[in-house]
Amino acid sequence: MQIALAQHDGRAARRSVIPGFGATLGIALLYLTLIVLIPLAALVLAAAGPGIAGVLATLADPRVAAAFRVSFGIAFAAALINGAVGLVVAWVLVRYRFPGRRLLDGLVDLPFALPTAVAGIALAALYADTGWVGGFFARFGIDIAFTPRGILVALVFIGLPFVVRTVQPILADLEHEAEEAALTLGATRLQIFFRVVLPALLPGVLTGMSLAFARGLGEYGSVIFVAGNMPGLSEIVPLLIVIKLDQFDYAGAAIIGVAMLVASFAILLALNLGQFLMRRRHGA
Amino acid sequence: MARDRRPGLGFGRWALIAFAGAFLALFLVAPLAIVFEAALAKGVVAYGDALAAPDAVAAIELTLLVAAIAVPLNTVFGLAASWCIAKFEFTGKSVLTTLIDLPFAVSPVISGMVYVLLFGAQGLLAPVLAAHGLKIVFAVPGLVLATVFVTFPFVARQLIPLMQGQGTGEEEAALVLGASFWQIVRRVTLPNIRWGLLYGVLLCNARAMGEFGAVSVVSGRIRGLTDTMPLYIEALYNEYDMVGAFAVASLLALLAVATLVVKSLFELRYREDVAPLTQPARV
Repeated sequence: MQIALAQHDGRAARRSVIPGFGATLGIALLYLTLIVLIPLAALVLAAAGPGIAGVLATLADPRVAAAFRVSFGIAFAAALINGAVGLVVAWVLVRYRFPGRRLLDGLVDLPFALPTAVAGIALAALYADTGWVGGFFARFGIDIAFTPRGILVALVFIGLPFVVRTVQPILADLEHEAEEAALTLGATRLQIFFRVVLPALLPGVLTGMSLAFARGLGEYGSVIFVAGNMPGLSEIVPLLIVIKLDQFDYAGAAIIGVAMLVASFAILLALNLGQFLMRRRHGA
Repeated sequence: MARDRRPGLGFGRWALIAFAGAFLALFLVAPLAIVFEAALAKGVVAYGDALAAPDAVAAIELTLLVAAIAVPLNTVFGLAASWCIAKFEFTGKSVLTTLIDLPFAVSPVISGMVYVLLFGAQGLLAPVLAAHGLKIVFAVPGLVLATVFVTFPFVARQLIPLMQGQGTGEEEAALVLGASFWQIVRRVTLPNIRWGLLYGVLLCNARAMGEFGAVSVVSGRIRGLTDTMPLYIEALYNEYDMVGAFAVASLLALLAVATLVVKSLFELRYREDVAPLTQPARV
């Protein structure tokens, strides 16, 4: 049928005969513009209000700069932990068969499904020095909740599924022939992992880590309950935005917001560029 | 499983399984368990009382109301967007697809803030709203808008790859047989995409009911009026009403577990019809 229609109107073979294009595109564009584009434009407009000098003054404020250091530093540390742990979890879930595997696999998505406020108060209760886990560490004089370590715990929680879910399909598709060839050539298991398996998985791990990092930068709900929220020490950027809004400093909040958006878009852009270069190098 | 029989694989394998299991237990199971433990810490009666409190009931009703508006809106949008993107070729299609994913790349706090900047007391449209006596931010419409923003891509990004994969052959056949647009949608397309659609709606709903950051910015934080369940949890928690906070949290945790169970069933049964949650956002 498709072929017959295409031949009938060979001049514009790509033009579809199916109705509803104008109406659906119209609805999609109108809705997108009203809900997403105009509000984001308002954000940029509000941030541009104070001019270049105002933008620089806001971003150079020690409290703002400290919040960016906290957010970027801890989100990066959490992404590193998630890269390593996520790789192990993905490996175990794909390569091994053991009782409870299905359950663990389904559980990995919990951070996506559990509302962040619920995760936040649960992590705070768990990692406070009276909690199940926090109590254990408190015996060694290590406080976790209400310190920057609490932020790290929350961001590891939030980011874990990104690495696991990016690596899993790549690992499942990986051909065993290369590993078997390496084995017959006398490679040890560690050599096989580091020289054969890891290079194939690395792009996936890096993608997952970047996604976890970008998510961690913007995360609010799960963090503020365990962070302690001390300005300069454990105050994250999204919290600072909320504080500025509460003080009716709309321009300041908007400037910080735009800076964050630029940062996360730069990450995603770098990610896409990296994948593009990687694909080209491997000639695929 | 020939590779499992290689010599010396036993110990390393079980060590890795134990590590992964312990990590997931510590980071995923324990937070879930403590929600219910803390909710029931003072017994079932206190738990029931906390959920029956008038403010708790109001928060639950408000959460249901917001989701009942936001989810259908995004479902209609998702259907329209995936129809024009999957069934037609046009310039700017990849830009449109990228823009649909945009809300996922935005911090929840910013998702709420954009509406404060538009409709807030010193917002761009404040004079217009004041002239007509309208209140959007710090009222229910603001909660709906913020929720719509953060759940914007869920349905569309499920349906676009699904409908692209199905092509246009069946719709063209129906058209030749004399079906109208609505007949094609109702009798051909919707039955074909129903599982992917349901999956997208399910995820959209879970996020809509659990959203915290975006709604906290636009809510006036008036107990019983503009506090959704997550906001009410925060308010109780800050007042050290732990049983109350965790009791309401346990409802959202149950919703999350139910969502995960249904989601896993979907992925087992309709693997071809569902897209992964973590597709990298395209820029």
